[in-house]
Amino acid sequence: MLVRVLFFGVLKDLVGAEQQVLEVEHEASVGDLLDVCRDQTSKQSEVWTRLAVAVNREYASRSKVLAEGDEVALLPPVSGGRP
Amino acid sequence: MNVAIVEDVIATEAILAEIKSGEDGAVCVFDGIVRNHTRGRKTLYLDYEAYREMALDQMRGLAQDAAARFGVREVAIVHRLGRLLIGETSVLIVVASAHRGAAFDACRWVIDTLKKTVPIWKKEQFEDGAVWADGEPFPEEVVSGPAERMG
Repeated sequence: MLVRVLFFGVLKDLVGAEQQVLEVEHEASVGDLLDVCRDQTSKQSEVWTRLAVAVNREYASRSKVLAEGDEVALLPPVSGGRP
Repeated sequence: MNVAIVEDVIATEAILAEIKSGEDGAVCVFDGIVRNHTRGRKTLYLDYEAYREMALDQMRGLAQDAAARFGVREVAIVHRLGRLLIGETSVLIVVASAHRGAAFDACRWVIDTLKKTVPIWKKEQFEDGAVWADGEPFPEEVVSGPAERMG
């Protein structure tokens, strides 16, 4: 099945795209999709262990099962700054 | 609730004037502005980007949660995107309330939570290069699921 993946911040630079349509197995989880994304990126980065994921604009856990046509956003830690 | 993401200069005075009401005894303002340095390096400007639709949803949720949690009357949250120069306002939070304690508490809670959970990023342009600002780790409830498969 196909899902649309959005990349933001440092991830956009790392992947070299703002978005991609990716093929994943039926009932693939968020974690499975992350593995696919990371495997196709030649550059390693610690951001892969620190990012959050949103499915259809809501934060989702790694175990969430994806559905055809989902919009999956990979979100690096947000801008932060010292309080 | 006045919640918005804008590209142009944030109209602080207008937002302040608009929010005030006869029932209020306090209006608390947080004006987040672009600083000219980070960790000893001179900053030239910042480029902000967002996952816009989700950021707006999250900001609306924050404004509603703040009103319910602190009992304040009205909350405005406005964030600017694009290129911002030193001293310009990137985020404005205004809280109106009958009493100042709740206004201060709500304002602090909104900015602290926004900085951890609203999907907005900034790229810092220095004299000798640019980097995406390092964010805080996401709160547990955001990344709640097992992360072990990420190894």
